Amino acid sequence: MESLLRPTDDTQVREAVAWAASENKPMAVLGAGSKTALGRPANLDTTMDLCKLTGVLDYEPSELVLTARPGTSLAEIDACLREQNQELAFEPPDLAPLLGTAPNIATLGGTIACNLSGPRRVRVGAARDHFLGMRAINGRAEAFKAGGKVVKNVTGYDLCKLIAGSYGTLALLTEVTVKVLPRAEKTRTVLLFGLEENSAISTLSDVMASVHEPTALAHLPANIAARSSVDLVSNAGCAATAVRVEGPTPSTIFRCEKLRGDFSKLGEVEELHGQRSATFWKEVANVTPFVTRRELTVWRIAVAPIEAAIVTAAIGSKCNAEWYYDWAGGLIWLATPQSDVTSNNLVRDSVASAGGQATLIRAEANVRTVTSVFEPLPAALYKLSARVKQSFDPKGIFNPGRLYAGM
Amino acid sequence: MKMPETDEGVIAKRSSLVGRFRKFLSEESVINDHDELKVYETDGLTAYHQLPMIVVLPDTTAQVAKILKICTSEGVKVVPRGAGTGLSGGALPLADGVTVGLAKFNRILDIDYGNRTATVQTGVTNLAITQAVEAKGFYYAPDPSSQIACTIGGNVAENSGGVHCLKYGVTTNNILGLEMVLIDGEIIRLGGKHMESAGYDLLGLIAGSEGLLGVITEVTVRILPRPASARALLVGFSTVEAGGKCVVEIISAGVIPSGMEMMDKAAIHAAEDYSDAGYPLDVEALLIVELDGPKAEVDHLLQRVEEIATSCGAVNIRASKNEGERLKFWAGRKAAFPAIGRISPDYYCMDGTIPRGRLTEVLARVTDLSDKYNLRVANVFHAGDGNLHPLILYDANKPDELERAEKFGADILKLCVEVGGVLTGEHGVGVEKRDLMGTMFNEQDLNQQQRVKCAFDTEGLLNPGKVFPTLHRCAELGRMHIHHGRVPFPELPRF
Repeated sequence: MESLLRPTDDTQVREAVAWAASENKPMAVLGAGSKTALGRPANLDTTMDLCKLTGVLDYEPSELVLTARPGTSLAEIDACLREQNQELAFEPPDLAPLLGTAPNIATLGGTIACNLSGPRRVRVGAARDHFLGMRAINGRAEAFKAGGKVVKNVTGYDLCKLIAGSYGTLALLTEVTVKVLPRAEKTRTVLLFGLEENSAISTLSDVMASVHEPTALAHLPANIAARSSVDLVSNAGCAATAVRVEGPTPSTIFRCEKLRGDFSKLGEVEELHGQRSATFWKEVANVTPFVTRRELTVWRIAVAPIEAAIVTAAIGSKCNAEWYYDWAGGLIWLATPQSDVTSNNLVRDSVASAGGQATLIRAEANVRTVTSVFEPLPAALYKLSARVKQSFDPKGIFNPGRLYAGM
Repeated sequence: MKMPETDEGVIAKRSSLVGRFRKFLSEESVINDHDELKVYETDGLTAYHQLPMIVVLPDTTAQVAKILKICTSEGVKVVPRGAGTGLSGGALPLADGVTVGLAKFNRILDIDYGNRTATVQTGVTNLAITQAVEAKGFYYAPDPSSQIACTIGGNVAENSGGVHCLKYGVTTNNILGLEMVLIDGEIIRLGGKHMESAGYDLLGLIAGSEGLLGVITEVTVRILPRPASARALLVGFSTVEAGGKCVVEIISAGVIPSGMEMMDKAAIHAAEDYSDAGYPLDVEALLIVELDGPKAEVDHLLQRVEEIATSCGAVNIRASKNEGERLKFWAGRKAAFPAIGRISPDYYCMDGTIPRGRLTEVLARVTDLSDKYNLRVANVFHAGDGNLHPLILYDANKPDELERAEKFGADILKLCVEVGGVLTGEHGVGVEKRDLMGTMFNEQDLNQQQRVKCAFDTEGLLNPGKVFPTLHRCAELGRMHIHHGRVPFPELPRF
């Protein structure tokens, strides 16, 4: 029998978990369901839908802290923060269109549970770095809290870090506290055209090592740049390397000029302001270049930045892949036309030999069943992680198998 | 402070353990001589001391693994130790425990400027990382006051902060990978040079786990380019309230200083007498606001902060005109602890964090408590992130002063929790705040944390007696309450 549980308060969440634990009913956990297609398919007949747990509970702009229930949409949180000229600095991407669902529905809880961070991750850290405190229900139907509502806290284990990126496999969030930051007064994106990939990666590495405090650095090869809705990028007819600077107006303009000066020795230079800059980085964050090509299998690859072009060249020499780079090379979005065992192994092996990690973000459910979606763990780490899972969820009722088979 | 009961059976194994350790460690790396053990009897929290049973000083990960394997098989407790500068007693030895000193792990293994990382052994000092990369214009951001001595492994274990963490984060935000040894001797690696790892974020869990989950042997940190420029502003206020308001207004205006420190009158006077920093002495509160980045930004923001400070009623404002002056402004603050040490035989440093907006209220109540306990207090405060460091002045040679100081400290921490803050912002729980954990966490909260501990250390051999007020057996924590063969609550909830 299929059942859908949609609790409206913490007590109901706890009751539902108590029932599931008692009946041994593993359940699929979701917020708005925008990332259901991410992870190993669960095929569970019980669904725990937390989308009714909504609302900002506490927001004190001068404390740089916001507390909300997990089902609150990022759109609502963004609107609330915008009024005070603040934002979630880790720039959460909206992967819903890539995964085939409606845009702008993602929730705070889902974003934290998947630890999804956008281009600004290189400067301000990931979602996990902004996740300060929580209330949650564990697999024993016990409510517990961890962390706090202040930005600096080392009281007890940092269980928030475990929850971030756990894909709902450890506990059900009922309250989330995040750090927020002021929005930048001014934003500029400097574009440099026509670099081949090795020089692009090394240029971005130089910018990261400079005093210009870039807040986003990407490189789009010509085929990807051509798909941008920002005409300056798509009409150039060649690769685009992009660096964003943000901050107080005089500083942003100064750094933008400096970068333009440095870049003009390497190729043609342009700059994006305001809306166009915002659109460009949204495309980078949301993997827009691959959204409409639904036949492509999409990988998210984290590597040591300087290795990026070497990894893609290794994959590209053996299969018809396409890709672009974010995080100054530290993040590669890569798409392959096939999703068979050979091409999947090719991606994994190439990434692993560079010491990185690959996640199969978009693929058919049958592929995600037979190929590990997340980077396979060494045996000792797998065993340890399984024990950590058990410490929260001894009966394995939260999203079993979503991260790794048998966990 | 009640510590886990000493196991006489383990004490009886002492010489046999020494023999086994000496099979793979040199004579001088296995310490069991009373006088030599004395060096290790305490850490930065000197009010507590205990001679360890044995101290071992390995210098390879394989040796650490062997030590832990032996300890596991013999049921011997283990206390990891870096430089022993911790302020919460996290490295306090156990009478029946082996202290694993990691000072010999002092090599820098890899500096990778292209990826902006440094990989170092666990015993490398915080400052040594910066020194190794500064010629190329880089630094390691977290800068705890003890950075000249404290080790990176200890920084990870305590998730150390410093004066610049509002803008640059604490240790957990600045590490990318580590190697550690689990209590059963298994060696694991977490993360690497990449910015995202699959599976549970164990790296994030280890940061701040106070040596209860494993022994860290190697750390990969993020290094950052030095900001192009930095300037500091010294702002005096005639009331603590005006200073507190200024802190809130600066953040509300969207300015995130790289450092924002506050001192009260007692701290200002002690620091000025000690270091000639040039602090105004006729003010009740002093703020140091530091801004860094491109010169254009620093000058611009400095002016903004000056305007805000003026509007908050600042009676004294000075901006550093050069690097020497900036460092002089800081010299007083950085020497605040030794400065207090000069005006009082002993002091006890607290470490709660509060919402910034409650500062005035909290300081007023700390003053009341100071009257109640009849002990002086000086306040230094990482105002930017709400981290308070009240220093309680006492004299351990006077009867009951230590006891009063501890009660005073506990009341301050309870007050921090009461106003929505936490017990510790950067020093850790250790033994010091262990028995106060109940003011912040209930039994279920603590049980969940201890179950995570069980996932790493079933027998509770790693650093027991720290962090958790009550020790539970893992089997007891793991039990689920079953009634008539089922967990109660069979009914399907409908909503």
